[in-house]
Amino acid sequence: MIESYREGVLVNPYERLNEEQVKWLDEASLSILADPGVWCYNERAAKLFQNHGAKVSEEKVTGTTCWRVSFPAGLVREAVAKAPSRLVLGARKPENRLLLDAQVPRVYFGSGSEANVWIETELQEFVSMNNGDEKIRVPRFKQLRGTTALLSRAAHLCEQLDNLDFFIRPLNIQDKEINQDNHDVNKFFASLNNITKHVQAGLTSLDKLPDVVRMAEIIAGGPEALRKNPLISFITCVFKSPLQMVADTADKVFAIVESGLPLVISSSPQGGSSAPIQEAGMVAQINAESLAGITLTQLIQEGAPVLYGSVPVRARLDDLHDLYGCPEFNQYNIDCVQLARYYRVPSYSTAGVGDAKVPGMQAMFEKLLTHLYMGMSGAQYVHYAFGLLDRTNSFCPLQAVLDDEQVGKVKHCLRAPKVNPDEVQDVLKMVKKVMASSHRLYARHARKAMHSGDISSPYRFEAKGMEDKVIENALAYMAELEARPADRIDGALQEQIFKEVPGILPTLKTV
Amino acid sequence: MDKQELLEKIAFNVVQGRVEAEDEGFDPGLEGQPAVTELVEQALEQGIDPKEIVLASLTESMEQVGEKFERNEYLIPDMLASAECVGAAMDILSPHLMKAGVESKGKFVIATVSGDLHDIGKNIVAIMLKGAGYNIIDLGTDVSPERIVQAVKEHQAPYVGLSALLTTTMRVMGEVVSKLKEEGLRDQVKVLVGGAPLSDQFAKEIGADAYCKDAFHAIDSLKSMAA
Repeated sequence: MIESYREGVLVNPYERLNEEQVKWLDEASLSILADPGVWCYNERAAKLFQNHGAKVSEEKVTGTTCWRVSFPAGLVREAVAKAPSRLVLGARKPENRLLLDAQVPRVYFGSGSEANVWIETELQEFVSMNNGDEKIRVPRFKQLRGTTALLSRAAHLCEQLDNLDFFIRPLNIQDKEINQDNHDVNKFFASLNNITKHVQAGLTSLDKLPDVVRMAEIIAGGPEALRKNPLISFITCVFKSPLQMVADTADKVFAIVESGLPLVISSSPQGGSSAPIQEAGMVAQINAESLAGITLTQLIQEGAPVLYGSVPVRARLDDLHDLYGCPEFNQYNIDCVQLARYYRVPSYSTAGVGDAKVPGMQAMFEKLLTHLYMGMSGAQYVHYAFGLLDRTNSFCPLQAVLDDEQVGKVKHCLRAPKVNPDEVQDVLKMVKKVMASSHRLYARHARKAMHSGDISSPYRFEAKGMEDKVIENALAYMAELEARPADRIDGALQEQIFKEVPGILPTLKTV
Repeated sequence: MDKQELLEKIAFNVVQGRVEAEDEGFDPGLEGQPAVTELVEQALEQGIDPKEIVLASLTESMEQVGEKFERNEYLIPDMLASAECVGAAMDILSPHLMKAGVESKGKFVIATVSGDLHDIGKNIVAIMLKGAGYNIIDLGTDVSPERIVQAVKEHQAPYVGLSALLTTTMRVMGEVVSKLKEEGLRDQVKVLVGGAPLSDQFAKEIGADAYCKDAFHAIDSLKSMAA
C-alpha cells in the first residue's frame, strides 16, 4: 500500500472479551438498531437508509422533525463489511504517514480534543519559614485562552515529540479575529504549517470544507496527490447519545465522504447518563451508534475510508462529570477495540486523559492506567494521549512532554518479544563465553542490544538526589524542544494558500 | 601493516571494546576483523616494544574511553568492554614487560567479605583496575578476614579492596582493618571499601583509607594515593 510509514508499536493484543462475548455484544447492538432504532434528525440520511431497506417513519420530537430508523441487521452487516480494513493517513513527510490495518494491531498514539484552555507552567522559588537557607522550587500554573499562536506552538512542540504519531488539534482557537467562518482554515493552517505528521480535526462549518481541502491539495501537490496522501482527515461525532443522529454532523459526513478524504465516526456516550453504566449496556449502545455511522458512510460511498471511533466514558456519580482515569473507562474502551477488530475496521480509540487539573502525581497515575492498558488493546489509532488535563478541558504542553516520555516507555514495554531460534543460539553462546571468563559478567554483552535501541533508557526526568525534579527537568527539556526550528510549509506554497484560501490570519504566515 | 598503523589499530579496537575477532564493537560491521588480542600478538611478532604498545595503544585509548563516558556517549558496558581489552592485552604483554623490568601500577588484593556472595560490583572494579594497569589478585566472594590479610602479606600488596552488599556483612570490613593492624600490616597497605550500603562515614568509622562509590572513584582514589 505504502512503503514508508511510522513504526508505531506492533503489539500482541490483550483481549478482555472472549469470542462469545463479542458476538453477544454485536447481536445486542444490532438488536438496538432494529428496536428502538435510531432517532435521525437528518432527512437526507434517513432517506438513504430507507432506500437501502431500513424502516423509516417520520415524527415530531419537541417540535423538530425526526425520522425513526429501524435498521435490518443485514443492511448494517453488508455496509460495514464494505468499509476498508486498511487505510493510509498521509502526512507532509512521507515517513510520517500512518498505515492503519484493522487486522494488524499496530498502535499509534496522538493528541486530541479541542480544549479551550492552555496551561502554562512556571517554577517559583519558596523559602522555608523555619530555615531561610532551605528553598524549594514549585510549579505554578497559569490558564490562557486558546489562540492560533498557541495552537501553532502546540503543533511545533508535537512535531518534536518522538512518540506522538499524529496530531489532532488539541486547542480551540479563540482569537478575537476568529469566527465561525474562518475557524476551520485557521486551525488547519496553524497545524499544518508547524507539523509534518498527520493532522486531524473536526469541521466547524460545512461550507468551509472546500477551502480546507484546497489548502491540503496545495500542500500535497494537487487533488489526486491529496487522495493518495491524505495529510488531513476529519472527526465527526454524528451521534448525540443516546442514539440520536445529529442533522448538521450528518451533512458533514456526506460532504467529507464525497470529498474522498478519511473520516472518523465517533461517539462519546457517558455511562450513567447518556448510556448505561454497565459494561454490556454501554458497549452495546456505543457500538450500535458507531455501526450506524459507518453504515451511513458506506451507503454514501462504498469503500469510503472510515475509522471506527469510540470514546465511551463513565460519569462521576457525585457530579455527573466525565471520569476518565477509572477502570471502567479502560473496560469500555478495550471492548470497543475488540469489536472494531471483529468488524475489520481500523479502531480510533482513547487513552491518556487526566481528570487531574495540573501535571503531577494524579495525572501520572490516570494517564499510565489508560496509556498502558489501551496500548495493550492493539487499537490502531489512540487519541487524547498527549497533554490533556481537567478531563478534556485543558491542554498543557508540559504534560504533553511528560506524556511523550510515558508513551515511549509504554511502546517499548509492548514491543514484540525477541525470542526466536537465532536469538536463543546467540544466548547459548554468550552463556558459555561468560561462564568461561574470570568474572562471569554479562555487562559487555549488553552492548549490542544497548546500542541498537533494544534496551530502554532510564526515566528521562529522574532526579539523582532525594528530590522529585520531574517537572523541573521536563520544563528544561521542553525549552530545548521549543527552541528547535519549525519545519514550515514551503514559502511559495504558503503564498499560494493565502491567495486561494480566504480567511487565514496574516499573523500565521511565516514567509 | 606498519608499526604505526598497527599501534593505531590496537588503540582503535580498545576504544571499540573488542577483545577478540568475533566481538562486535561500538560501531557496526567490525565482527570477524582482528581485535586487541590478535593485534597485540601480531605487534609482538613484529618486534614492537611492549612498552610502546602500552603507552601508544592502551593508555591513550583508555583516556579516550573515559572522555566518551564523561560525555555520556559511552555507558558502563562500553567502559567494561574497553577495560577488558586492556586487561587481555596486559595478560599477553606482562611477561615481556617483566623481562624488560617494567612493573605494574601495583598489586591490588580484592575480595567480597565473608558472609556475602555478591560480586558484581567487586568484579567491575577488578576489571576496571586491571584495565588501568594494576595487578589484580581476586580472592572471590565470602572471603574471611584471615584469608584477606594472608593474601596482603603473601603478595606484599600495597592496596586491598573490600566489597559488601549487605548491611549485615559490611561490618566484616572493620574486622579486616583490625586484623591488618594486629599483623602489623596496616601502614603498608591502603584499604579501599565499596558497596551499596556503605558511606564515607562508615569508611571513617572502621578506619579504611577510602570509600569508593564506584570503579571510577576507585581509580581516582588510587591515583591520589600514589601522588
